Amino acid sequence: MYQYDEFDREFVEQRAKQFARQVERRLAGELPEDKFKPLRLMNGLYLQLHAYMLRINVPYGCLSSEQMRKLAHVSRLYDKSYGHLTTRQNMQLNWIRLVDMPEILNELASVNMHGIQSSGNCIRNITADEYAGVAADEIEDPRIYCEFLRQWSSLHPEFSFLPRKFKISVTGSPNDRAAVMAHDIGLRLYKNEEGESGFEVFVGGGLGRTPFVGKSIRTFLPTEHILSYCEAILRVYNQLGRRDNKYKARIKVLVHETGIDKIRELVEAEWESIRDGALNLPEEDIALIRARFTPPRYEAPLDSEDELKALREKNPDFDRWVDQQLAEHKQPGYSIVNISCTPIGKPPGDISSDQMEAVADLADLYSMGELRVTHNQNLVFTDVRRQDLFKLWQALVEIDLETANHGLITDTICCPGLDYCALANARSIPVAEKISNAFADHERQKEIGEIYINMSGCINACGHHHVGNIGILGVDKKNSELYQLMLGGSAKEDASIGKILGRGFDEDGIVTAVENVVDTYLEIRTDGETFIETHRRVGDDPFKERLYGASPKTR
Amino acid sequence: MTPSKKGFTVPLLKQGKVADDTFVRIGDEDPLPDQGDVIVGLSRWQADRDELTRHKGSLGVELAVGESPSEIEGDLAHFDVIALDFPAFSDGRAFSSARLLRERHGFQGEIRAVGDVELEQLHFMARVGFDSFLIESDDPEKDWTTAQADLDLWYQPTEDGHTTVRQKRRR
Repeated sequence: MYQYDEFDREFVEQRAKQFARQVERRLAGELPEDKFKPLRLMNGLYLQLHAYMLRINVPYGCLSSEQMRKLAHVSRLYDKSYGHLTTRQNMQLNWIRLVDMPEILNELASVNMHGIQSSGNCIRNITADEYAGVAADEIEDPRIYCEFLRQWSSLHPEFSFLPRKFKISVTGSPNDRAAVMAHDIGLRLYKNEEGESGFEVFVGGGLGRTPFVGKSIRTFLPTEHILSYCEAILRVYNQLGRRDNKYKARIKVLVHETGIDKIRELVEAEWESIRDGALNLPEEDIALIRARFTPPRYEAPLDSEDELKALREKNPDFDRWVDQQLAEHKQPGYSIVNISCTPIGKPPGDISSDQMEAVADLADLYSMGELRVTHNQNLVFTDVRRQDLFKLWQALVEIDLETANHGLITDTICCPGLDYCALANARSIPVAEKISNAFADHERQKEIGEIYINMSGCINACGHHHVGNIGILGVDKKNSELYQLMLGGSAKEDASIGKILGRGFDEDGIVTAVENVVDTYLEIRTDGETFIETHRRVGDDPFKERLYGASPKTR
Repeated sequence: MTPSKKGFTVPLLKQGKVADDTFVRIGDEDPLPDQGDVIVGLSRWQADRDELTRHKGSLGVELAVGESPSEIEGDLAHFDVIALDFPAFSDGRAFSSARLLRERHGFQGEIRAVGDVELEQLHFMARVGFDSFLIESDDPEKDWTTAQADLDLWYQPTEDGHTTVRQKRRR
């Protein structure tokens, strides 16, 4: 992964000191809350229902074992001995005291971590494909460009007080694991017919109250222009984005109200004026950044396949785990390993300090000291030798991280909900746990196959419910929690927004409703069809009929 | 001189020092004084440009948020000062305006931040081209020193003369 140089380190240290000074001014009463708020948000500090929450950036999901150990330490010392992995590949600590913040930021800065711009109306942490750099299906490694974007967006003097938050996501694979079309800017790195690298640029995607799939603003942007093109988009947005209504302030609304063609015209005109300026990335600068990514030390593979096969035959649990959690590595003899932090019946994305520490040690032993946070709130070991798989699995069993549910129905995305969040209208974690328990049986999960349940406790959609194959939205109706069901969303390269099916359900009703939807799918699917494929073929009707009785149209 | 909301005069911070503010902000309906330095709004400038260009004294224009620098791009030679308004701490439109005035339109005069101007934004403002600030503060010079001491590493190239991290790396 990227190794900070002296400048990157110094920058984070300066920033930590600056925030300590700002906290001091706040505590001394020199800075009123309305002015302190944007500043603390720009350092990742959020005021929740019961306490401050600190959101710590994990740049494009990449984390070293040393950093993970520090997170274990910080969460143990300053929080309640656990952390929460977020859909933006960050880690949140939910019980922070303001007075501890300067010390926490110092601790984090010592391992090059921080909360800069993990919140607030600025360019947020850049996210990326969790398999970036190692996936067999990758066309080009997007991390170098993520790193340029990270640096360019850090304390940008022009774009730190935007109309609203701004999220950028990058993929270098045709199989989109970064939900790029659900972002303010989505970037898809690929090679054109001439073999040159460039990005397809999407703009105006996003979830929240008014969900939109991103629209293609440029089909091919040579990589050297990535920063100037993003700057052009941000400049147009900073000037024209709505500031009269925070619910209409995201760029998706500007794109929707202005029209993508007009936005393209404005952005391209802006870009023409700056495209060959100081933001251009010459090959020598790219080489400098590339050189700061530690090259993986791959070894010639041992032939361990026979042994692996024998171990799988002997250990059905291990067999299941291998079958479910592995992804294809570009390097022979290696595997990408998904580590589920969404065990059956537990809060999705929570990880204890002890688990963090243990996982850090395992990453040193089995993944070259590196791991990733995924937008599905799980972890990934990027570089595991196949001969180590069994040892790794045994170690994961010891720390309760061996759940084999990657991409299955219990691998839900879920926001913190009313248990933590000041914005939430309904609890989400307890409902996700109930659904998870209802589908706990592994054989049943396998039978159902690939399906994504996403759940949010309010319309702000932190749980990405619009792009779940099954989306659940918790609302407050006459002081009781009600859960709406939507079908047909997808966060992948075929991105789509789900639609609400009908009237909502109470907490237990929604669990039954999900089971009924799944049973209906199992009855009507054709061979090899995933849930989303079936839904796209038949639409909502069969599901509606099962849940609400025959509609007049079909009667 | 600009009275603050609290009634006293808001100090002008320029090159790190509190400076005399020779400019008077003239409202759209106010009579133009016979002489002296004045700042007018965009609509006054557009309505009375002939009278204003003959005015004895320095001239400035103030752009409200939403008023684009391109509206005055052909008139820049008339202005000694362009004031850009921050209606709220969180409204960052004027950051883009300042950069466009400096980097796109080549304005060399004073760019003044007015409105909700606070210590915590001074370093951003200076980077995008502001060089004077009407800042409601007990000690603007201390604010400036504090802001300058906070950060001296920047990743983004602007035309403020700062060396960026990328340039430092190339050395």
